[in-house]
Amino acid sequence: MLTIENARVDMGDFTLSADLHVNRGERVAVLGPSGAGKSTLLAMIAGFQPLSDGVIRWQGTVMPNDPADRPISMVFQDNNLFPHLTVAQNVGLGLRPDLRLTAEDTSRVGAALARVGLGGKEGRKPAQLSGGQIARVALARVLLRDRPLLLLDEPFGALGPALRAEMLELVGELAAETKATFLMVSHNPEDARLMSDEVILVEGGTAHAPVPTPEIFANPPDALRDYLGG
Amino acid sequence: MMRSGRTDRPIWVSHWPGLLAVLLLVVLVFGTLVAVILRADGGRGLGPSDWAAIRFTLWQAALSAGVSVVLAIPVARALARRSFPGRRLLVTLLGAPFILPIIVAVLGLIAVFGRNGIISAALGVMGGEPISIYGYHGVILAHVFFNLPLATRLILQGWLSIPAERFRLAASLGMGPRDIARTLERPMLREVIPGAFLVIFLICLTSFAVALALGGGPRATTVELAIYEAFKFDFDLGRAALLALIQFAMGAGAALIAFRVAIPGDMGAGLDRAVQRWDDTRAQRVMDVVAVTLASLFLLLPLTMVIVDGAPGLLTLPASVFQAAARSLMVAFGSALLTLALALPIAALVVQRGAWLVEGLGYLTIAASPLVVGTGLFLILFPFVKPSDLALPVTAVVNAAMSLPFTLRALVPALRQIEKDYGRLADGLGLHGLTRVRLLWLPRLRRPLGFALGLAAALSMGDLGVIAMFAAPDGVTLPLQLYRLMGAYRMDDAAAAAVLLLGLSLCLFWIFDRGGRVNADD
Repeated sequence: MLTIENARVDMGDFTLSADLHVNRGERVAVLGPSGAGKSTLLAMIAGFQPLSDGVIRWQGTVMPNDPADRPISMVFQDNNLFPHLTVAQNVGLGLRPDLRLTAEDTSRVGAALARVGLGGKEGRKPAQLSGGQIARVALARVLLRDRPLLLLDEPFGALGPALRAEMLELVGELAAETKATFLMVSHNPEDARLMSDEVILVEGGTAHAPVPTPEIFANPPDALRDYLGG
Repeated sequence: MMRSGRTDRPIWVSHWPGLLAVLLLVVLVFGTLVAVILRADGGRGLGPSDWAAIRFTLWQAALSAGVSVVLAIPVARALARRSFPGRRLLVTLLGAPFILPIIVAVLGLIAVFGRNGIISAALGVMGGEPISIYGYHGVILAHVFFNLPLATRLILQGWLSIPAERFRLAASLGMGPRDIARTLERPMLREVIPGAFLVIFLICLTSFAVALALGGGPRATTVELAIYEAFKFDFDLGRAALLALIQFAMGAGAALIAFRVAIPGDMGAGLDRAVQRWDDTRAQRVMDVVAVTLASLFLLLPLTMVIVDGAPGLLTLPASVFQAAARSLMVAFGSALLTLALALPIAALVVQRGAWLVEGLGYLTIAASPLVVGTGLFLILFPFVKPSDLALPVTAVVNAAMSLPFTLRALVPALRQIEKDYGRLADGLGLHGLTRVRLLWLPRLRRPLGFALGLAAALSMGDLGVIAMFAAPDGVTLPLQLYRLMGAYRMDDAAAAAVLLLGLSLCLFWIFDRGGRVNADD
């Protein structure tokens, strides 16, 4: 279980507080107006944004300071791959950050790439890939890192609707295979309806506790209604 | 979140190498200064010749800066409002004096403005007297040669920073050239010129090689030259140390003033376009053509003369010149590597700790003249080793320290951008310490690193400063060897050696810079 206890960040005029928990295996969408702090919430959990107050736990244990030591894989909006490394190297970083890969590591990289539909593309550089393929490489790395918590910060915002639906489906499959809990920031309420069990609404400087998805859409709070334009 | 240039995130790469590099620099500058203070002979005070040196240093720097800036205005204006074939090349050439060895340019200026130069020859045909380049006017001429391009680039940047929409607005309001000058151009110049003047003043304040080659005597000796002479000819260490102290005080004073004036940066981005204007007149066209033509001639003729005079003699150069060239290459590579070893850790420190460090180090190296550092190092090393044994390493170290501000100016923004784009990804994946340097920084810093190393290598290759104080007769570098050939009036050999030096400097810059670009992934 992910527990956020009275956590707060202060960034000049902007503050965000959160006091909530997410059960293991839940699929959570993070919704809210832009600038409300959706990405900041993920950065807090991932360890990129130091807390002014409060604590974040995973399975009851306080998260370590180093983002790399947290039980987390993260997919960003962009810059998920290092452009100077090959596809295989980018995925291999998920196994060994110093890239000293054994033969077994290399074959695992190959298998992960095959799983996301990129078999045989090991030697390519990111510049030679399409947007959808780049997202798949990032997901192959998530697969290898095999961390119980997956954070996605508007990962497919730049893709067209059909491709995005396809990628969301892949995320769903991978999360199920690795039994990962995931939190996904999205601009698109449709994404949330499609693939989340719960919704965390971020608005007015607060990340609200998760509410079951059908419930929140059936009876949206004012802030969400304003946001949805309903 | 990245705010105000630094981050709140935990440390990715250890601070220690950066702090160590900064400490090394501070010790190099202030440790040598302490050595100088301890040795300075204040007993006799300043003699008349010392006061003359101080006066000359100050007024030649002021005059050189003033002339450079005034002449640069029409050239920059022409480049700002004209597109013509070769404009791009000319703007690139305006950046070249930076890596041009001073002594090569001096030789070229002698070939044009000297007693046997083309201008004297032309005057002779018309029955006039030949002119001389030696003396204060030669020093100022050379300083203008080096700094007119810099001033032009800085002022051109100012011109191009006026939004194109303002000129469109001016045109739609029916403004003539005078109105535009009053409302748009003069306010810009008032902003840009003090900074440009000050930069050039600072550069000329520590001028040594130009004064060594063209100045000298009671009327054209800079403090730097006086240090060298006290040291080399009189072996009066106390007086050399006292003069070094004065030089440091002048540099520190000027740096303090510079602290209050916005010093423009010149990394040459975005100068390759002209602004469209609607206030064109025939008089303006003539002025612009004249300005660009004269400036091009002034900059290109001396170098052309060096090449024309020197190229034929390249193959018959004495072996000693090639040995000196080999020594210079060693110094240049050593200096480039050392610059890298200092700059990368410092850049890492700056990105994590804030930008004031870059500024501070920049001013530190401005206030510290190479000759002062050299004097201090000599005083420290003198009791233990024969200084001439360490001439080349000391030269490499001092050169590396002096090119650090330029290197940092190239590396820091690039590193900041890398961390902004990929910092979190690398953090999340656990790329810490040397792994981060190896897998993220070095591959992505290739271009700015290549540029910075090229700059450091070329600057060191052409440097004629500390080496002149330390070198044994059989251990000279190529610029010093070239200076000696000039002193012995072996002008053909000197010209050939100058072509060699020019070629090697440009090659070094090109190889490093190119090395950073080839196969670089974006």
